[in-house]
Amino acid sequence: MSPKNRSPIVEMRSIKKCFLDTVALKSVNFTLYEGEICALLGENGAGKTTLMNVLFGYYACDDGEIYVNGKKVTFSAPRDAIAKGIGMVHQHFALVPSISVLENIVVGIKESKNLFLDMKEAKHKLLDLEKMYGLFVDPDVKVETLSIGEQQKVEILKALYRGAKILILDEPTAVLAPLETKDLFATLRKLTENGNSVIFISHKLYEVMEISDRIVVLRNGEIVAERHKTETNMRELASLMVGGEIDLGKRKNVGFKLINDEIKDVLRVNDLWVMGNRGIEAVKGVTFSVKEGEILGIAGVSGNGQKELAECLFGIRLPEKGEVYLDGLSLAFGNPFFTVMNGMGRIPEDRIDIGLMMDLTVEDNIILEMHAFRPLKNGILLNYDAAHRVSDELIQKFSIKTAGRDALTKTLSGGNLQKIILARVIYRNPRLIVAAQPTRGLDVGAIDFIHDQLITTSKNNNSGILLISEDLDEVFSLSDRIAVMYEGKFMGIVDIENADRETIGLWMSGVKESCA
Amino acid sequence: MGSLFDQIFQMSFIIGLLSAMFRMATPIIFGTLGEIITERSGVLNLGIEGIMLISAMFGFLATLTTGSQWFGVLIAILVGVIFALMMAFLVVYLGLSQHVSGLGVTLFATGLAMFVYRHAVGSPTIPPIVQPFKPFPIPYLSDIPFFGQILFNQYALVYVSWALIPIMWIFLYKTRYGLALRVVGENPMAADTVGINVNLTRTLALVVGGALMGVGGAFLTLAHQNMFLIDVVGGRGWVCIAMVIFGNWDPIRGSLGALLFGFIDAFQLRLQSSGFAIPFHLFLVLPYVITIIALIGVARKSSAPAGLLKPYRREEKGG
Amino acid sequence: MDEWGKRIMRMILAKRPPLPYWAQILIPFIAIVVSLCLSSIPIIYAKGDLFKSYFYLFYGALGTRYNFLETCVKSSPLIFTGLAVAFAFRAKFWNIGAEGQLLAGAIVATWIGINVPEMPKFAALALIISAGFVAGGLWALIPALLKTKLKVDDVVSSLLLNYVMWHIMGALLFGPLQQPGSSWPRSPSISELAKYPMLLARSRFHLGIVMAVVAIAIIWFINEKTVLGYRIKSIGANLKAAGFGGIPTTSVIIKTAMISGGLAALAGVGEVCAIHYHLLMDVSPGYGYSGIIIAMLGRLHPLGVGLSAFFFSMIIVGAQTMSRMTGVPVYIADVIQGMSLLIMLVAQLFTEYKIKVISK
Repeated sequence: MSPKNRSPIVEMRSIKKCFLDTVALKSVNFTLYEGEICALLGENGAGKTTLMNVLFGYYACDDGEIYVNGKKVTFSAPRDAIAKGIGMVHQHFALVPSISVLENIVVGIKESKNLFLDMKEAKHKLLDLEKMYGLFVDPDVKVETLSIGEQQKVEILKALYRGAKILILDEPTAVLAPLETKDLFATLRKLTENGNSVIFISHKLYEVMEISDRIVVLRNGEIVAERHKTETNMRELASLMVGGEIDLGKRKNVGFKLINDEIKDVLRVNDLWVMGNRGIEAVKGVTFSVKEGEILGIAGVSGNGQKELAECLFGIRLPEKGEVYLDGLSLAFGNPFFTVMNGMGRIPEDRIDIGLMMDLTVEDNIILEMHAFRPLKNGILLNYDAAHRVSDELIQKFSIKTAGRDALTKTLSGGNLQKIILARVIYRNPRLIVAAQPTRGLDVGAIDFIHDQLITTSKNNNSGILLISEDLDEVFSLSDRIAVMYEGKFMGIVDIENADRETIGLWMSGVKESCA
Repeated sequence: MGSLFDQIFQMSFIIGLLSAMFRMATPIIFGTLGEIITERSGVLNLGIEGIMLISAMFGFLATLTTGSQWFGVLIAILVGVIFALMMAFLVVYLGLSQHVSGLGVTLFATGLAMFVYRHAVGSPTIPPIVQPFKPFPIPYLSDIPFFGQILFNQYALVYVSWALIPIMWIFLYKTRYGLALRVVGENPMAADTVGINVNLTRTLALVVGGALMGVGGAFLTLAHQNMFLIDVVGGRGWVCIAMVIFGNWDPIRGSLGALLFGFIDAFQLRLQSSGFAIPFHLFLVLPYVITIIALIGVARKSSAPAGLLKPYRREEKGG
Repeated sequence: MDEWGKRIMRMILAKRPPLPYWAQILIPFIAIVVSLCLSSIPIIYAKGDLFKSYFYLFYGALGTRYNFLETCVKSSPLIFTGLAVAFAFRAKFWNIGAEGQLLAGAIVATWIGINVPEMPKFAALALIISAGFVAGGLWALIPALLKTKLKVDDVVSSLLLNYVMWHIMGALLFGPLQQPGSSWPRSPSISELAKYPMLLARSRFHLGIVMAVVAIAIIWFINEKTVLGYRIKSIGANLKAAGFGGIPTTSVIIKTAMISGGLAALAGVGEVCAIHYHLLMDVSPGYGYSGIIIAMLGRLHPLGVGLSAFFFSMIIVGAQTMSRMTGVPVYIADVIQGMSLLIMLVAQLFTEYKIKVISK
């Protein structure tokens, strides 16, 4: 069936949305046709999620009209959108970990007049649904015991259980391993075969080309292009997305460092075991080292122990056993100050949660890791003159966009927040930088800047860099060696010149063939 | 010393002690259940101490004027609901700090209670008293030896508090609304995205909770005592907060904690009157100290609703 | 239906750009004015004449030299408890236990005050003041240790400890600290050595008032100029980030708690050594709880605390005159206090948010 003879199921006309002083959507017109998979392509901050949150009734739009099946609708809350058959799976799942899959799915269902929950009936209906779409999850287990991929299935089932005919998926593959992604795509195809329509939000070109029928490209809150899949290619989409030519897949870290045993280790990890939050071992005996001037990339799907590994190295999580040497010095576990003092630069995954104090000023955040040393610390006094000097210098050097050092941190954009962390890390000339998901959620400009800084620091300062990232492109673009973490273990470490995407992808899914 | 032990092992002492335990626990059970339903929706109501006090005061005044104890309870419920709505306005709709708002409501309600009481009764040398609730022995059951005296010769409100424990449990775990309430408390966004009105749910939880706290307050001036004193609540509201934590947000475990508090409270009262040679104030310390110790025991294992203390606003960030 | 029937309006809160600094400073004053206006409702309810009531409220607080100095006298404990709460709240250490810490200071001051041996007066006073400070600090150490080592909620533990200390005081006043021969819960009078010097003739303007002002300056200095002040601020803003950044959070929280408790205790020392000269059950009419309101109205800033403590002192002192002259119960002061806190909270919200009307 060609899209021409499909009828529009959703029409959004001149949608406008502002946040505070930023315009997120400027008069967007978007149409979804029945039975298609439509990709919404754009970089972070382009407005994809905002547009879909408007369609889902989660955000109220400032201006514009929405038509579903040709009828004008007004959504003041998601319940209105659900009633019109729209379901959305957010990037951060909206699940309650401590209750069962079934409870998560049936909560809020309005159709039954009964005061009491009829779990038997509900379970029956859910199992039918699972069979129909091939989405198998045990209804009786608690959500907290499920893997991320299974939780995503629960989210999709939740929408289908409510009779969703239009399913919105926000960056669904960001948390999946390549094999899981294949499963998801199969599910999406099955959905459209059954007459549903899918909106697929992504910034990954090859996925978009693989799964979607039609591609809508957003940039800076505007739709810049609409293409049928057969009419376009990755190169065109890439330039539409960022608004200029870019080199696809070109390595930023030009030339690579030959790793040999004569180069000094700046980080040595021996048989490290770390417990996760739910009392299950998250890191199961990893051993590796990071050399001077080297970028070691750890790839892997999130939730395979990378976070716990990073937190243990940062000094905020205690290991079960194992040894870590920082530049030859045995690391004092559970002591963040030790790592700061001995030359580890740390870029945490949750920059807002554990990296920054959002209600304080830019200066307060810049000096966080240096306030305990001279010249800032002067006996019991804090030398604010020195603090001002450092802040002004770093704001300029890292071109942090802010009203000044006294501006509140929460007024900055995501990229500039990450620059604050990067600035305070690099200022101290670290021997080692542990960077966990350093560019997640940032726009292209900020990503480039951060990549350049990391490469420069490793080259000029001879610092070792441990780059932990879910973004395979990033790992390939920066690393000298690549390791893959799967279920708490290293699947292998390989030099960049011997690494190919297919093997790494298989490793990420836990498949290890006899590789060269 | 000897005489004390003699007293303790007398049957009448044990009956008196255990029956008093249930009586002393009743306001705590009401308060704890009220706080549990509130906190399960994600709202900490630190206004409880003030709400119990002002409900106790208005309930007392209503009974003083009309002579009807049940009318007093009704007024207390109404006052509890009004102050719960005030709390809802501040923390649910405006999203203000639950800590500070709750303390603010407590301080305001306390001040207002004292102000209204003083205006209503003036400053007589002997404070006015009401005819309190009479015990309501359950026919036949109260004749059972030992247990009948302890369990079935109580005030009607005591039985009500017992009935509420399973009702609350069934509501939370077996009904659609209970499930919705728990999801609102654990992950308000999850609730919102399946079409549950988060703010309305939280407001209703506060209202029901406020009503229960009101009954707890009324019990103090209309059954436990027959007059209103400034310190009639005397920290029992805070004890309820502690019992919620102790009970891990479960109505049955929370009520067991309340019974423990009732036991200690009844025990110290009896020690006071036994003429034991330790200043009675030291016994008064016991319930509070044991509450703190109980908190230490459960602190690491307790799992508060994940959405507790967090106001829910949909449009918090852009992008 | 007309147009109105068809248009359904909805109000939501939307973020607004931060207000300029001067507007932020205005907020507490707006809150005070609004609560003073709203307090006319209870005054009318109590059948007080509005004009007369407000007149005597201010006359009682500021009308004569003596009244003004009495207001200063009353500010002293309020400044101490306000500073105590503000200092702790800056670290988001929820010390609601200023009342208990105040009593701890009062008890220790009484005990030393009664038993102090012959020594120079300044030494006796230094001994009492520092012992009182330490007593309050140690009492505040309990919730701090419970929080940092055992993860017990600080709000609940510090609140419950108020009742514990109150009953301990009762036990002492009916026991070892009871005045011989008395059946009332009161202690013997303290020695002359232990009494705060009076600084102005024909008034009760005592050393404690000067100490309170000095305390404001010291706390300001700690907050603005020291490493500890920076660390407290950071912990309050984001405990996890502060710990991640290498700040020893446990020891900073413990230091904060002890300073906070010590400050609250100085309020109790002052009440015993400058006002009552003995210990009695109602040595504090809830100064510890007023401290919470004062800290919030003062926006946790030491100078703000000083100003709002003086304001609430006016209300408390003035309410007595007002009550005498108009018959409005003296508890109007407590009503105004509670109301100001709630109004302050709401007013503060509108510095960050505005009401947006959506029509659909």
